[in-house]
Formats: sequence, C-alpha cells, structure tokens
Amino acid sequence: MAVEHVDGKNKGSVMLYALSTCGWCAKTKDLLRELGIAFDYTFVDLLDGEEQNQAMDAVEKFNPSGSFPTLVIDNRKSIVGFKEKEIREVFGG
Amino acid sequence: MTVSGTSEGDVDRAYETLKKDATDGGYRLNPDAEFVKNLIRGLLKNEQRYGYRACPCRLASGKKEEDLDIVCPCDYRDADIDEHGACYCALYVDEAIAGGTRKVAPVPERRPPRSERGRKTAAVHTIAAGPSPIFALPLPVWRCKVCGYLCAREQPPGICPVCKAKKDRFERFI
Repeated sequence: MAVEHVDGKNKGSVMLYALSTCGWCAKTKDLLRELGIAFDYTFVDLLDGEEQNQAMDAVEKFNPSGSFPTLVIDNRKSIVGFKEKEIREVFGG
Repeated sequence: MTVSGTSEGDVDRAYETLKKDATDGGYRLNPDAEFVKNLIRGLLKNEQRYGYRACPCRLASGKKEEDLDIVCPCDYRDADIDEHGACYCALYVDEAIAGGTRKVAPVPERRPPRSERGRKTAAVHTIAAGPSPIFALPLPVWRCKVCGYLCAREQPPGICPVCKAKKDRFERFI
C-alpha cells in the first residue's frame, strides 16, 4: 500500500486514511502537520483494486461506516472526521 | 491542489454555475468560497476519472450504478442539512451557517456501509397493492431522490427542474 510518511515528534503509530479529493481530509492532514507530529497517510481513492479493498478493510475495522478521514492511533483507537478539538487533545497540541 | 486538465478558470466557472443552481433551487453553498472551490476541484477530478461528479468526500467505486446515490448533490444532502445544518462535505449548508451565525461541525456518514449497500429496498416498492384511488391516476408519478420533487408524466424529466439532478436519479413513486 502506498503510504506517505511525514516526519515529526513521535507520538506512537499515527495512520491517516484519507481521500485526495476530500476537504475535511485535507484539513485533518494540515492539523497534524501543524501539531508537528510524525504520521503516515494514504489516499485510498488513488490505490488500485486489491490494495484499495485492503485499505477499506483496515478502515472498517476501526470505523464500520468506512468514511473519511479515519485517523488510527496506535492501532487501537480511531478518530473519525475532522474533530479538531479531539485531535488536539489526543496529541497535546 | 491542481488537477490535470482543470484550470482555475474551470473551477471558477463551475463555482458560479453551482452557486446559481443552488440559489435557484432554494439551497445555499458554504460561505467559505475557498473551501467550496477545493470541493469543486475534487468534483471535477472525479468527473474526469469516473465520468460523473461523485462526492469528493466519499470513496466512489467507479461504477456509476453503485455510485448514483453519491453523485453530487447526493441522496443524503437534504436530510443532513435538516439534521446537521450541512451536507456531508459541507458544500451545501443551511441559512444559519450560510449567514455565519452557526459554525459547520463534522457530519456523520448517513450512507449505509459497503456491506449493507444495495440491500435497501425503496419505499416505493412497499406501497400496498389493492383498491386505492391512486391506481386510477392517468400517469405515473416520479420522485427525484435528491430533492423530493414529484411530477406526473410518462417518463421522468431529463433534468430535475428544482435541483438539476439527472433523469437516472428519479424513482417511480406511484
């Protein structure tokens, strides 16, 4: 799966599942950059067939509605949607 | 974000058209023009890669028949504006948000998840048969799934006169 890495403060594993066309996904990515934390992201709409299916399975494990953005933290907690306050709280911003 | 083959002029033109159509149909666009233009870039990108303007905030399958409910404006817009003041993308908003007296908050996904799609049966199929005056109607009644517009004619119109949705978004209502 094509995953991009953004360098920053290590706050554990932070994975953002996003769409390249989605306004709230872009805002979420901008917020993570602003907070200066290290994270990975992937644009699920740009993945091919099987890779896209696998990414959707991963998203649905944490967010059954399969919506974007889905932010997965330490492989156990997720934040769905651009919930600015919650994201800031989690990363101590 | 730039989209190959899409100029800023295209985005501006699409913005003006969308704004006019929204206003004409009694809808309001998000007052943040830059945010709206970003969504329009997504809509134009989807039009290029899928052939139709799938919702930029949802994952389209690329198969139109599976994505009809999320072709913008989507089937869920009106219910989300009523309940949350904005559609899922916050492209369309209510008066309070358009006027700046209320802020947009994240809208939960109303579309059924992948595993449940295609299972829902349209309410129109559950209308009980039997002696009813509606079956004496001289013409079928068609309903626009986007805005609820109803019309009685042999075939649905090519374009919904209220919300501009295309013919394939109509269902037989009666």
